[in-house]
Amino acid sequence: MEFWIDILILLVRCLVLALAATTLFAYFTLFERRLLGRFQNRIGPNRAGHIPLPGGKKLFGGFLQPAADAVKLFFKEDVIPEKADKWVYLIAPGFAVIPALIIWVGIPLGNWPDGQGSNWLHYAPIDVGILYLLAVTSVGVYGIAIAGWASNNKYSMIGGVRASAQVISYELALGLSILAVVMQNGTFRTEEIVAGQNIIWNIVPQFLAFVIFLVASTAEVVRSPFDLVEAEQELVGGYNTEYGSMKFALFFMSEYIKLVAMNAIAVALFLGGGNFPGIDTLVAAIRTSNGDTIAYAVQGALTLGAFLLKTTVLSFISVWVRASVPRVRYDQLMNLGWKILMPLALFNVVLTAVIGVIFPEGGLVIHIAMFVIGAVVIGITSVVAAPKRAKRSVTMVSNNASN
Amino acid sequence: MDLVIFSITAIIAIIGAVAMLVSRNAVHSALFLLLNLGAISVLFLLLQAPFLFAVQLIVYAGAIIVLFLFVVMLLGAERDEDGADPVRWQVPTAVVMAALLIGQVIYVFVTEPTATADSVNTNISEGFGSPTQIAQALFTTHLYHLKSPHSCCSLP
Repeated sequence: MEFWIDILILLVRCLVLALAATTLFAYFTLFERRLLGRFQNRIGPNRAGHIPLPGGKKLFGGFLQPAADAVKLFFKEDVIPEKADKWVYLIAPGFAVIPALIIWVGIPLGNWPDGQGSNWLHYAPIDVGILYLLAVTSVGVYGIAIAGWASNNKYSMIGGVRASAQVISYELALGLSILAVVMQNGTFRTEEIVAGQNIIWNIVPQFLAFVIFLVASTAEVVRSPFDLVEAEQELVGGYNTEYGSMKFALFFMSEYIKLVAMNAIAVALFLGGGNFPGIDTLVAAIRTSNGDTIAYAVQGALTLGAFLLKTTVLSFISVWVRASVPRVRYDQLMNLGWKILMPLALFNVVLTAVIGVIFPEGGLVIHIAMFVIGAVVIGITSVVAAPKRAKRSVTMVSNNASN
Repeated sequence: MDLVIFSITAIIAIIGAVAMLVSRNAVHSALFLLLNLGAISVLFLLLQAPFLFAVQLIVYAGAIIVLFLFVVMLLGAERDEDGADPVRWQVPTAVVMAALLIGQVIYVFVTEPTATADSVNTNISEGFGSPTQIAQALFTTHLYHLKSPHSCCSLP
């Protein structure tokens, strides 16, 4: 009996997580469109739904826009191209969405102890949590690759091939940057990495890894400026050209959920996860006055809030980058991945290892020294490895020659 | 419960392997191989080896099959070529080899009762299969084998 109750609780929790991720996606699209509007000096969607305030003011204009989009996508015609490979064509969107959803179980979203040693906000505290995250991200490329192939369309196909090449290339830099964090904290468990950042967030000693992670994760989720997979000007729509209606919506959804998940991973690994100054003191004060249960609940809510706040900041940066940086060329993409990010990540692993051996105690000074080294290395790299333009020279031709 | 999950996963793995062999389309074959490898990674989980589960997914599912797909898609070589198989002896040879291998596996399974799943699950020590233990085994006990792959087949 107890077994079935456990299964039921698990199912409910999974449902809650899936719904939360989907809602997050819906509102991330609105967040992005409004921000892009601001960046491009226009307003953005503000018509669908508002909360009326006294005095004719409107609050949260456009907050129903995601619902309107969803309704529109549901009622579009659902086409399967005649020459498509039907089964592969149909499973491709699922292949894209499932990794994007299951990656969330490995991320500690906060710390809400249930009193028996586990945490409500961390679904799967497994031994090899980091490896799980890497495995699921790398499986995520299948959706795009097989969608491009199954559509039987040259543009889609090019998109799929580009996606697989790009994701394989950037996986290395991504994995190596995470490896340095694992070495820094000495564990593969994500919750222990978060707990280890109680005093100093990993972004200080692992600043280089953080920058590499941000760039590589943007490329890994094939988002602008690395969105060659769906470059409209060259490929119509890339891998999703032949997809319409909800099947397109699933691709759209997987892309955004993966983006937010990557930002959440960056928060957990580098920005201290649910840690925030003052939470511990507050929770300790509540524990003495109100008892354990309420203290746990408050701790859960606060850490989750801190986590979401940091994720929102990173998501804002993603939108900012999208609005500011033009798309890279394919050769630039490969150069950046193989010739710059991967050597940098390797250097960072070596640096972390050497410093970890020489100064096993760590300490604030060492952390700050590593931060400075990382920042200097990034500065030097961005100067040395910046794409060089061929020098243009103008030859003056004498006008008298023709006379 | 373990037995139920094992049976389902094993059946999926076998279906994936067989479908990979018989499908006429290289991309379908690669996808069925992916199914097979995924099922095997679940079997690793059942054997209390989460590290191998993750590594199986990262290396095989995440890299090797993607490369297969990439090459097949890039060359447009997914269709079987027309005409008879130019290497006629390869199918019978493969069947004989597979039969030999299955015979070996059954022999080991029957004569070595410690190889069954039950004994594995009851006899594990604390921290079995954790990254620490695997690293220790790889880099201390079996370092010699790791460094020189040709010696890994020599009997202990």
